[in-house]
Amino acid sequence: MRVPVGWLRSYCDPGLSVQELADTLTMAGLKMERIHHTGVGDVSAFLVGRVLESERHPNADRLTVCEVDVGRGEPQTIVCGAPNVAAGQTVAVALPGAVMPDGTTLGEAKLRGVRSSGMILAEDEVGIGEDHKGIMVLPDGLPVGGPLAEHLPIADHVIEIEITPNRPDAMGVYGVARDLHAATGTPLADDPTAADATPTGGDAADDHISIEIDPEICLRFTARVFEDVKIGPSPLWLKQRLMAAGQRPIMNVVDITNYVMLTCSQPLHAFDLERVRGGRIEVRRAREGETMVTLDGVERRFSSETALVCDADGPSGIAGIMGGQISEVSEETTRVLMEAATWVGPNIMRTSKALGLRTEASARFEKQLHPELAMAGQRLAARLMVELCGARMVPGTVDVYPRPAERRVVPLRYARMEKLLGERIDPETARAILERLGFERVGREAAAAERAPAAADRAGAAQEADPAAERWRVPPWRDSDVQREADLIEEVARIHGLDKLPTTLPARRQAVGRLTRSQRLRRRLEDLLRDRAFNECVSYSFTSPAAIQRLRLGDVPLLRLENPLSEDQSVMRPLLLPGLLDAARHNAAHGRPNVRLFESAHVYRPSEPLDAAPSADPGGRLPALERHHLAVLLTEAAPGGWRSERRPADFYAARAVLEAVLEVAGVDWVAEEGGRPFLHPGRAASIVARESERKLGWLGEVHPLVAGEWDVPGPVAGFELDVEAVLEVTAGREDVYRDVTSFPAVLQDIAVVVPEGVPAAEVEEAVRAGGGDLLAGVEVFDLYRGEQAGEGNKSLALRLEFRAPDRTLTDEEVARRREAIENDLGAIGGRLRA
Amino acid sequence: MPDLDQLRSEAESAIGAAGSAAELEELRVRYLGRKSELTAALRSIGELPPEQRGPVGKQANEVRRALEALLERRTAELEAGELDRRLAEDRIDVTMPGDPPLPPGHLHLVSQIRRRMEDIFVGLGFSVVEGPEIEYEYYNFTALNHPAEHPARAPQDTFYFAERVLLRTHTSPMQVRAMELQEPPIYIVVPGRVYRPDTPDATHVPMFHQLEGLAIDEDITLADLQGCLLQFARQMFGETTEVRLRPGYFPFTEPSVEVDVSCFRCGGTGYEGAARCGTCKGEGWIEILGSGMVDPNVLDYVAGKGYDNERVQGFAWGMGIERIAMLVHQVPDLRMLFENDLRLLEQFGAGP
Repeated sequence: MRVPVGWLRSYCDPGLSVQELADTLTMAGLKMERIHHTGVGDVSAFLVGRVLESERHPNADRLTVCEVDVGRGEPQTIVCGAPNVAAGQTVAVALPGAVMPDGTTLGEAKLRGVRSSGMILAEDEVGIGEDHKGIMVLPDGLPVGGPLAEHLPIADHVIEIEITPNRPDAMGVYGVARDLHAATGTPLADDPTAADATPTGGDAADDHISIEIDPEICLRFTARVFEDVKIGPSPLWLKQRLMAAGQRPIMNVVDITNYVMLTCSQPLHAFDLERVRGGRIEVRRAREGETMVTLDGVERRFSSETALVCDADGPSGIAGIMGGQISEVSEETTRVLMEAATWVGPNIMRTSKALGLRTEASARFEKQLHPELAMAGQRLAARLMVELCGARMVPGTVDVYPRPAERRVVPLRYARMEKLLGERIDPETARAILERLGFERVGREAAAAERAPAAADRAGAAQEADPAAERWRVPPWRDSDVQREADLIEEVARIHGLDKLPTTLPARRQAVGRLTRSQRLRRRLEDLLRDRAFNECVSYSFTSPAAIQRLRLGDVPLLRLENPLSEDQSVMRPLLLPGLLDAARHNAAHGRPNVRLFESAHVYRPSEPLDAAPSADPGGRLPALERHHLAVLLTEAAPGGWRSERRPADFYAARAVLEAVLEVAGVDWVAEEGGRPFLHPGRAASIVARESERKLGWLGEVHPLVAGEWDVPGPVAGFELDVEAVLEVTAGREDVYRDVTSFPAVLQDIAVVVPEGVPAAEVEEAVRAGGGDLLAGVEVFDLYRGEQAGEGNKSLALRLEFRAPDRTLTDEEVARRREAIENDLGAIGGRLRA
Repeated sequence: MPDLDQLRSEAESAIGAAGSAAELEELRVRYLGRKSELTAALRSIGELPPEQRGPVGKQANEVRRALEALLERRTAELEAGELDRRLAEDRIDVTMPGDPPLPPGHLHLVSQIRRRMEDIFVGLGFSVVEGPEIEYEYYNFTALNHPAEHPARAPQDTFYFAERVLLRTHTSPMQVRAMELQEPPIYIVVPGRVYRPDTPDATHVPMFHQLEGLAIDEDITLADLQGCLLQFARQMFGETTEVRLRPGYFPFTEPSVEVDVSCFRCGGTGYEGAARCGTCKGEGWIEILGSGMVDPNVLDYVAGKGYDNERVQGFAWGMGIERIAMLVHQVPDLRMLFENDLRLLEQFGAGP
């Protein structure tokens, strides 16, 4: 909303600078977005002048050379191109050096050989209109040489305000002035919509027009009739206000409708009554597919949601949004039907969205105006019609208002206000604020009679029982926003000034801040990865069906958006890998093929059928299955340096990272061969918790074809863990003291020869089985293939740690265990190598 | 019998002048070896008259001990000198990079800021809870007092999977879910991803992060909200930061306030030198979040869980984590945060 400061000050002028005005409004809830300057620069270069002589330019037919008295001794010679300039006129003059509205500086110029020292001004040249047909001829008698700004609004500031959806009243300058009045206490001019025009003539409005409405879509429809309307341009003051507020002046009748809307928020529509066919107006829903050409020349097609204003022959306007061309006011118009209606806000909002047509009118109606405002708009419009268009107002208003709205009454307890704000505002101060905002205090009895049903809830009952509660009647322009006690408290608080609020902290008697075990574990794992040279990524949670196909996961059930921004972001990712591959591709394309990346985020799977979503309270249920995953992707195991070779990523590089992660998480686990469709089939494993056999994720090298499809130079390795599964398998686990110092351990290295196909984990299992509870640790530390192991065999070197908590082990005890281990190895085709 | 005094002084000066271990060994053999004069002298003590044997023996032994000690000292000195020489020759270029050159990794800027926020609010007595990103319309809108026709519900502003199932547009649905699970008092913050169908530009992306706050107790006031957020702002932006509440509007708070912080770049003056401050655009204040007292209608949706809006009250806020991150670290374009470009990632998040 653009609020011209001159206009605002005409209603309430607290003597503040423009910046202070803007700050005051901001702190009252009308946030200044920016301050614009409109019109000319320094006004001192603009004067009232008088044309003493005018002669045709010797070298140009269309130019006139004028001698103009600007009250500075010698008259100025000014070359003027306007057809209407003549000696004897009082005119507006800009002197050389003047800064024009477009920012250019007026210089002295030679026009076809004649030096021109200044400019005689047309209204567009000072930004108060768009007319450039001729110069402005000012009333005679203005003091020659006097400042022009005293007579014409040639420079102004505009405060642009961000309007929140609850404040349709502030979409009118008088509404803004009311907040300014409330905030500063400076007197407020009388409501410009209060006084009405005087009708004349013996006829009545309903002689000229009949009106029918559908009360489901129209709360009130008022119409007045004006005759003998003289169409013409609006006066300069009105044009300037419209221009500054961002509206183009068009002609007086149209300008009046816009001016009323910009004053008090109520949009109006003027019909050429001659062109309202059948002298009848009907408000109805559109028929499906019905069309009409709107004022902007566009043919529009409607659904049955659309409310139309029709005459006897068909639609003539979209209710509350835009009129049609059919009954548009024109230069020839003499009879005007002025409409001020009240529409159903949500309906206007839906229609305007559906049509993609948002107008000044719809922006106000969608916030739900109160029906009383319709007549306020009619009154101001009527006075201007009479005053500016010389119109005769036909007596009477056709007012179709089937269910007149009651004025709302809202209770207020000062104790409650203090409890909510944490600040005591003295009741006298609070009452004065509410009164300045237009609220009226009413007695208990009146309140009981007027009580709005919305307040009859539990809080309402408590308020009713409180004898200290006051009752306040809400002004119609705030009806959609102020309906409950909390709303009234907000009114008092915002005007009293939130800057006066004390700064305190909650008592927090029972509150303790903490992170959950899950959050602490995630932080720990993320820190571990960070400290191992991994960079954390944040990728979009959605991916493309094509990416899922590239991962060969075509059969995985997916959650698909109904309204994605693009096909590339149309499904929720069931694993984190595609985001990391995208990141690897992006970095490879930007010269960084060697990456170590991780992401920690949700993945998504459908759980219940989506069409079964409850229409009421779902009672805490979740609509889909979300799990928190941690995924790692690397193309480099170790960077090359001046003393060491770069090591590319591979399965074991990824596994080393996973080992560290699961060690920190406290998971005892094994890798089970076999993996996922997107992994290298020979270098892929499932991560499985040892005891519960719970699957925790995957580990492996990305299939070279998959990596290739992402343009990521291989080899690419990684893993993905279900962090919630990790939390579940480690729930309740605590580290408990083991005595490892009282008695020494016996360390032994063994070499085990097994057939090539036997995995190390199986050897380890056999060793553990044979070692029994005296075997405290097993670690594979070398792998050998060659002559000594024999064809088709491999030799694994293992370090064994034997210990007992209560004694020093004897050689015999350890030897017995080694025998047992040898036996168990035999069962898997293995033997100890000497 | 040699002159022991002379022998001693001769040996001492020879040992003192020796420049290598080999020379010292030679001197040891010469003066203390089996064929040395001193050894011969000690051996021949028995040949002396009995009254001389004691004093001479004593003197010879003294000389022997003194020379042994001197030899030992000189040996140590020479060894130390030799080590010094060797080490001095073993010099390296200390300005070459470490090996292997493994740099620290980085948390994502959003994670780093999120953790800082979480830690600040944990310190203020808030617990961190998280919730689903795929939500029911009920939790995202209805129970947050958005009327049925509220424009935010439209598919232009919200991603849908089906009727009534959507991607949460804010972290606020967890207000209701948390209150369903826990009776008052409740003090929580909710970090997480949120989604809106905005075409990407410098200030819009379809996915971003918020941190929600909710405090409900018997006597939580708007003044308490100001205090909490002042504490937050000072820890986040600097100890001299001020907080300003401005009237605002949200369907699920009443009164509603917008919260500004004094610009931490220009100190709230609006200017950096003669130039307008680029962070606050010359305003001296930066809007960081929307907030307010929880609307009584929201509490009504969980009245059955002990949230009687005549008995308990409180505040809530929602702030954008990216917005704070961009402000604090002067990142110019929101889209950069989701490209995962190492050139950006490596600038942030190596520290705490």
